[in-house]
Formats: sequence, C-alpha cells, structure tokens
Amino acid sequence: MIAPLVADVPRQGLVLLLLLLAALIAAPLIANDYLLTVLILILYFAYAGQAWNIMMGFAGLLSLGHALYVGLGAYTAAALFFHFGVSPWIGLPLAVAASGLVGAVMGFLAFRFGVAGVYFAILTIAFAEFARIGFDHWSWVGGSAGLFVPVANYTQNDLWTLRGSPRMFYYVILALTVAAFVVCHLLLRSRAGYYWQAIREDEEAAQALGIDTFRYKMCAVVLSAGMTSVAGIFFAFYYNNLFPEQVFNIGRSIELILGPIIGGIGTLFGPIIGAFLLTGLSELMQELLSAFGLDAPGAKHVFYGVCLLLVVMVLPDGVWPWLARKLGVKRQQP
Amino acid sequence: MPTEIYLNVAVNGLLTGLVYGLMALGLSVIFGVVRVVNFAHGEMMTLAMYATVVAFASLGLDPFLMLVPAAAALFALGYLLQVGIINPFINRPEHSQFMLLVAVATILVNLQLILFGPDARSVQTSYSFDSFLVGSLIVDASKAYAGATAVLIAGALFAFFRFTVIGKAIRACADNYTGALVVGLDVKRLYALTFGLGAACVGAAGVMLSLVIDVTPALGPAYTLLAFVIVITGGLGSMPGALLGGVLIGLTEALAGLLYTPSAKSMFAFGILVLVLLFRPQGILGKRIG
Repeated sequence: MIAPLVADVPRQGLVLLLLLLAALIAAPLIANDYLLTVLILILYFAYAGQAWNIMMGFAGLLSLGHALYVGLGAYTAAALFFHFGVSPWIGLPLAVAASGLVGAVMGFLAFRFGVAGVYFAILTIAFAEFARIGFDHWSWVGGSAGLFVPVANYTQNDLWTLRGSPRMFYYVILALTVAAFVVCHLLLRSRAGYYWQAIREDEEAAQALGIDTFRYKMCAVVLSAGMTSVAGIFFAFYYNNLFPEQVFNIGRSIELILGPIIGGIGTLFGPIIGAFLLTGLSELMQELLSAFGLDAPGAKHVFYGVCLLLVVMVLPDGVWPWLARKLGVKRQQP
Repeated sequence: MPTEIYLNVAVNGLLTGLVYGLMALGLSVIFGVVRVVNFAHGEMMTLAMYATVVAFASLGLDPFLMLVPAAAALFALGYLLQVGIINPFINRPEHSQFMLLVAVATILVNLQLILFGPDARSVQTSYSFDSFLVGSLIVDASKAYAGATAVLIAGALFAFFRFTVIGKAIRACADNYTGALVVGLDVKRLYALTFGLGAACVGAAGVMLSLVIDVTPALGPAYTLLAFVIVITGGLGSMPGALLGGVLIGLTEALAGLLYTPSAKSMFAFGILVLVLLFRPQGILGKRIG
C-alpha cells in the first residue's frame, strides 16, 4: 500500500517529509499554548488550501468563493450539534453531502451554460455572497446574531463530540492535513488527476481526446467542496462561534487561497509551505507591531496583500517549485 | 400600499442606479480595452468617498467641488497602477492578473481601515434633506443631482471615445491589439490612459455616492462585487450596457428593500447575476466573445 505512494518521490524528499511529519507529531510536547494555536491555524490553512487546490491547481477552475463550503460545513455540523446534540462525526457526512450538492448545482449551471474564466470566478463569489445574506436572515441557525456551540471543557478531551483541549484539536487537524495530502497525492497520479491536468492545460484539446470534461470538472468541484466543508466543521468546533458575516465573507475566501498561491498552485507542498510562510510571518509581524505599540486592525491584511503582490510579481509559480529546485528534491517529470 | 410609494422608491432607485452605472462604466471601459478585470474597483471608489467626506468635514467643501480633484487623483492612481504593475501582466494567465488585482484591493481596503477606522462616515450638506415635488412624486434632491451628474459624465465619456483621436486610438487597441501595435500606437500608454479614465469614472461615482450613502471600508469589496454584477448584467465591455445594468440593479435593490427587507437587497442583485450568466452570459447589451 505504501509502495505506490512513494514510487516516484526522490529519497531526499522522502527523508525531509518524514522529518517534517515527525516534528509535527512531536510538536505539542514542547510547544506552549500560543505556539500550538499558531500551528493549528497553519494546519487549518494547509488543509483548506489543499482542498481548494483540487479545483484551481489540478483542474484549472478558479474559485474565489470557497468560504461558501467552509460555512456550509460549519453550519451543518454546528446546527445539528446545537439543536439535537448530534456528534460532528455524524454531522460530517451530512455536511460533506450538503456542500457537495451545492458545489454540484453551481458546477452544473456553470459548465452546462459555458460560464468560464473570470465569469466562473465571479459566479463562485456570487454563490458565497448569496449564502452569506441568506444565513444572515435564517433564524434557525441564529441569523446575524450568530450560532454558538456550547463551550468546551478544556480538561476533558471528548473526541466524539469534539469538545476538548487545543492539543486534541491539533492532532485532529494534523490527521486531516496528512489525509488530504495523501488523497491529493493519489489523485494526481490517478486517471482523474491526469484528465484534470489535461483540462487545465487545454480544455479543447482534452475534449478532442475524448475526455468527458463536463464530468471531470464536476468531480473536481464536488470533491473540493466536500473536503473544504470538513475544514468548516473543524472551524465551528474549534472556535465555537459562527457569524455569517465572518464565515462567508469574501475576505475568508481570499485568505484561504493565499497559501496555495504563495506556496505554488497545483503542487502538493504548495498549500503546506504557503500556510507556514503566511501564518508564520503574519504572527511574527503582529508580535513585532504590538511590541512597538502599533496594533492597527488592518495591518495583518495589508501584509497579506503585499506578500501576495510580491509573490505574484516575482515568483509567479509560487515558492515551492523554487524551493524544491534549491533543495534538490524536484520530482522527475513523468 | 398606495402606488405612489412604489413610484417614489422606483424613481429614487433609478437615480442611485445611474450613479451605480457610472461606477460600472469605469470597470467596463477597463475590461473592454485592457482585458484586465479590476478587482480593486470598489476600493478605489471608497477612496474617492473618503476624500469627499474628509474634505467636507475639515474644509467644508461641497461634494460637487470634489468631483474634479477626486477624479483627477483617481486618474493618476489608475494610470500609475497600469504603468507600474499591470502592464507587465498583460500576457500572463487570467488567474495571475486576477490575483494581482486582488492583492491591490486587499492593500487598499485595509489601508483605509487603518486610516479611517471601521465606523461609517457621511456628508451632511445643506440640501441633504431637500426634495422636489414632481406631480405627486417626491424626488430626493441629492439623488437627483447625483444621477444627473452621472449621466453628464457618462455622456462626456461616450463623446470622448466617439469623437476624439485618442478615443479612437483606444478603441483600436480594444479591437485588435496586434493591429494597433502594427500601426504604431503606443499601446501600453493608451492602456494606462484607459485605466486612468476608468478609475476617474469610479472616482466621480464615489463622490456622487457619498451624497447618498455612508462610507465604511467594508463598502469597497461590496461595491466591487456590485460593479461586477452590473457590468455582467449589462454586458461586459458595452458602455450603454453598464448604464442600463446600473439602473436595473438600482431599481431592483430599491424595490427589494421596500418589498422584502433592505438588508437582503443585494441577494436579489446576485439572483439577477446568476440568471443573466445562465441565460444570456454576454449580458443584455453585450456581444458574444469568441
């Protein structure tokens, strides 16, 4: 089972990967609470970025509204838990199904009616905004006043209801991130993965070769939406509060896609490297700013903007392809 | 409800819609020529709105006096943006250009947040509460002035593209990039000029809009989206389409606010967007591309 996973990975890369994994598993032993929260945030963005990457990086479909699926996942699981005490693990398949369904509806409309490129990106924003305003007026889930998951007892870890200490949440998100990495690795080497890349490079040529582009684009959207909704469940139970204005905000969608773009679109390590760089640097900067007493609310996002600008201008392929060359772990082109 | 209420709301929505139209016209002009989607459009508009609010609060300048300075400042910003960072991206993939403008938008909106804070600010002129009585209709004076000015500026822009040599040259760049290069047009400079003109439009629209609504930094992203909705509805790249789309969305928002609830009004605008994308993706007045 392991063999096909590592077949074409250079040995150096494998060693580095295992070292990174070991460090992440051991981290809570030495990290203090603050560092642990930062690591949780990094892994959260790495996971969500990986999910987004399936659409943009693999199939070339630019979604600027992924907060929609985060929000749907978060609200489905949290509302079930809040109203009926249903465990998030039972809510999970429902949340994935709900997000997948919405993704499928949007994908169907877009691909059936030939909505592509910039128009597609704007359609994804429109769906997210639609959901934001809709949830704002839906009182069963709290409307604009928000939905609050009963707060956790930090001393007791209850994995079944996801109520517990940051350490438990850390291992949950680490497991999710590793799983997403493995899934994406396998996907890239599957038939669907090669079809997606063909569609990304030249859709007409892919179609001429007999690829059912409609079907595979739908697959990418549904899969990406479903995976992203799991990030939403984590978000809901980790932060314990949900406001439509924040969860579905377009800023959230942008924040989520910065990691993979900075790390490298379409690569497996891009979302991870990007999340580390972005979250790490922004935390560092916040520390520096508050040390100098300059704690302005928008400063972090100005920094995000400048990072994005620089990366898009200087390293259009992202940091990872460049870093991989430097480390000598660039995979042989098949 | 008596019919007059609907008519009143419709007329006021129509006037606001004209200002929306001018804002969207800027986006449409930029996309039609440079083929870059200005994702920082709403953020540029709030920049002009803040300039108006600050000039009014500190110097007591009437918003209409800010029209020319704000448009000129936005023109300069747009020109420099195109020369400095967008021109090298002309032949890059679409998503790359999009990201570039997303970055500019993020920087602009958060700089405004740092400079002006999150609270709403407004302009209270001596004619803020004036209105005209036309038959049995009550028309808000500020909205009437704003709508009329928007139409005048849009007309001037039409005339510029139709009758001047530079306008003709810009249209040539839009029709055929390579052809324009071959006949010796300085395409990059004309692109910068176009981006500047589009930004000036949205600057003027921002000054007008500050008469009608309060400004917060969060308005930027919301109006970027609204501008997209309007130009796609009217037809991306079509100048009359942008105005028509603006009026349509302005009317829809006003009536949705009356019939349902004002906070959900943009849901109806997005509903129209989805319908247009599905059944007439080129927009009401647009031509099918490619």
